[in-house]
Amino acid sequence: MTKQRKAVALISGGLDSLLAARVIQEQGIHVEGINFFTGFCVEGHTHAIRKKDRARPKRNNALWVAEQLGIKLHIVDIVEEYKEVLFNPKHGYGANLNPCLDCKIFMVRKAHEWIRDNDFDFIITGEVVGQRPMSQRKDTMPVVARDSGAEDRLVRPLSGQNLPPTLPEREGWIQRDRLYGFNGRSRKPQMALARQFGLEDYAQPAGGCCFLTDAQYSVKLADLWQARGEKQYEMDDIMLLKVGRHLRPRPHFKVIISREEGEGNFMQGYRKQYVNLATKSHAGPVALIDGEVDDQDIVLAARLVARYSQGKTADQVEVEVKRLDGSSERLTVAPLSPGEIPQEWYL
Amino acid sequence: MTRLVVDARRLLCPMPVIRVQDRVKGLPPGSQVEAICTDPGALNDIPAWARISGHKVMETRTEDGEYIIVVEVGPES
Repeated sequence: MTKQRKAVALISGGLDSLLAARVIQEQGIHVEGINFFTGFCVEGHTHAIRKKDRARPKRNNALWVAEQLGIKLHIVDIVEEYKEVLFNPKHGYGANLNPCLDCKIFMVRKAHEWIRDNDFDFIITGEVVGQRPMSQRKDTMPVVARDSGAEDRLVRPLSGQNLPPTLPEREGWIQRDRLYGFNGRSRKPQMALARQFGLEDYAQPAGGCCFLTDAQYSVKLADLWQARGEKQYEMDDIMLLKVGRHLRPRPHFKVIISREEGEGNFMQGYRKQYVNLATKSHAGPVALIDGEVDDQDIVLAARLVARYSQGKTADQVEVEVKRLDGSSERLTVAPLSPGEIPQEWYL
Repeated sequence: MTRLVVDARRLLCPMPVIRVQDRVKGLPPGSQVEAICTDPGALNDIPAWARISGHKVMETRTEDGEYIIVVEVGPES
């Protein structure tokens, strides 16, 4: 009796990984999914935080894709291990702080460890030659296979016909002529294949699923590292970079000011970790101070927060300040005028 | 019957799913895991994960702004 071959598919939640897994399922392979959580994934978090987004139907696309495929999905927390990838990417960063090639190598390496531990035969990804400027080029895709250690156990079904035959093809576990030869940035072949499989509802490609590809987010992360004097972060840091306005009035502290109620509620959860401010005489935002501050700094932060309250044109605004030792005080301050907030403060 | 509690308060999805997934590993079929979450996304994500993993959602409820999801471990955990 022929051995049932098994593959694990890297499932991001987008169309390409959905199709790649489906193409291999069609060849009679048992497929399960794996999804890596770095902490920088776009979907979900802002959705959970911002009030306006909460009204939209919410789903985790990776879980949804797995359900469409009828496969199990293993979600793996790589938050800690991922730091080294982000701090020291061997192949460098992309346009922002996105270490895309090192990231892909790391994830395929983790998947390779997983297949060895779980007695699976090969790995599937939705990569397409020429689709991404860093990690999905004709010259870098072999680097992913080599540096991850997966070598010829890494199958890219959507571009398989453009790449050298892999072990599963040579061994006859899958047929090469039932793989595809997609190439380049056009999404039309994927959409056509989706129609062929009867798939109409899938996540729209949006240039990646990672905050690190976002210019504004990267600026805030780089500022965090500079202010701390080292490349380091905790989960709370990367979560807070996703919310609020970030302004740095002085090199040693920044102020995070909520932009709407949902963000304010979320930031309330950090009250014990950060000096926090809230306007009392007028409706206004919640604000956190990141850094060590003296009384003068707190007054400046309070004036800044007052600027974003409904008392922004009032002569004076009352602001409550809660310190880390649990004490609180109320300050009466004049809101800063727009001219007193230099553009360089905005991160 | 075993019932374990997973405290996933203040965690945003998919972390609550990961916590439940890791807790369920190795538990005998019929065991129950109760997840306490504050991200409403868990109300969708944990049941979706349970469905594809062969587990059963026994109960979902909201209490004082917290979301509680009880999962019963299926035969193939």
